[in-house]
Amino acid sequence: MHIRFLYYKDCPSHETALQRLREVLEEEGVQASVEVLEVRTESEAQEHSFVGSPTIRIDGRDIAPISEDAVYGLTCRAYYKEDGRISPLPPKDMIRKAIIKLK
Amino acid sequence: MKKIIIGDKAPEFTLPDTTGKEHSLADYPGKVVAVIFSCNHCPYVRAWEDRMVDIQADYADKNVHILAINSNDARTYPADSYTNMKRRVEEKGFNFPYLRDETQDVARMFGAERTPEVFLFNEDDILAYHGAIDDNYDNPEGVGEHYLRDALDALLSGSSPDPVETKPVGCTIKWK
Repeated sequence: MHIRFLYYKDCPSHETALQRLREVLEEEGVQASVEVLEVRTESEAQEHSFVGSPTIRIDGRDIAPISEDAVYGLTCRAYYKEDGRISPLPPKDMIRKAIIKLK
Repeated sequence: MKKIIIGDKAPEFTLPDTTGKEHSLADYPGKVVAVIFSCNHCPYVRAWEDRMVDIQADYADKNVHILAINSNDARTYPADSYTNMKRRVEEKGFNFPYLRDETQDVARMFGAERTPEVFLFNEDDILAYHGAIDDNYDNPEGVGEHYLRDALDALLSGSSPDPVETKPVGCTIKWK
C-alpha cells in the first residue's frame, strides 16, 4: 500500500491531518510508506491534480469524492463529516474506511 | 502589508452587501462591531459560519453587530463570486451583512490575511480584539476558549478583552 499525503503549507490543518493518518495506520496495524509532498506552486497543483490541502491518496485513489466542479490550485480542502458538517480535516473514519478497503 | 494593531482606530470604508445596500462603520455609532473577513469557499469559514450566526443572534439585543467581508478574487475562485455570496446568505440565514470588497482595498487597509479573521471594535471604533472566533475550527462542541464571545462580554462589561490577540486560523485571502 502506498500512501501519498499532499499539502499546501498555508492551510493550517495539514499537521493535524498527517497525525490523524499516522494514528489510523497504527490503529489498523497497517505498515505503509507515507510519502509527504508539499505542493508549492499553482503549476505543481496542476501537475499533481491537487484539489486542496490536505489530500490523501491510497494507491493513487483519493480517500474522498471529488466534485465535478473542483479546480486544481493552492487552496484548503473541505471535507464532509458524517453529520454533514464541513471540516478542513478529513475525518478519522473516512481515512479508516479507505485504508480498510485496500488492506 | 501593514496591519492595524490593537488600539488603532477603525479604517473607514463603504462596501455593498448582497442586496446592494452600502455599509460603513459610521452606520453603527456607539456600537460594538466585529468585522470578520470571510468568503464562501474556505472550509474554515464553512466550519465556523454557523457559530458566527449564533454569536450575532445571541448579542443582537446588546447592540453588537457583525459585518462579514469577502475580499477574495472571484476570477480564480469562482465560488467566492457575488452571486454565490447571495446564495450563501440565503442558505445559511445570515443575520448580518455580508459585504463585497471587490477591489480588495479594505482587506489591505486592515492588513487582513486569513478567512475567517476577526477585527473587533469597541464603541469608540478602536480595535480591541483581533484573531480567531474560538480555538476549535473542527468541533463546535470541543471549543475550550470562546475568544470572540469572551471579548464581546468584556467590552460590554466595560473591561478590556483578554487575550486581545490570538492567531487567526484559516485560508489565506486570495489576492488578485
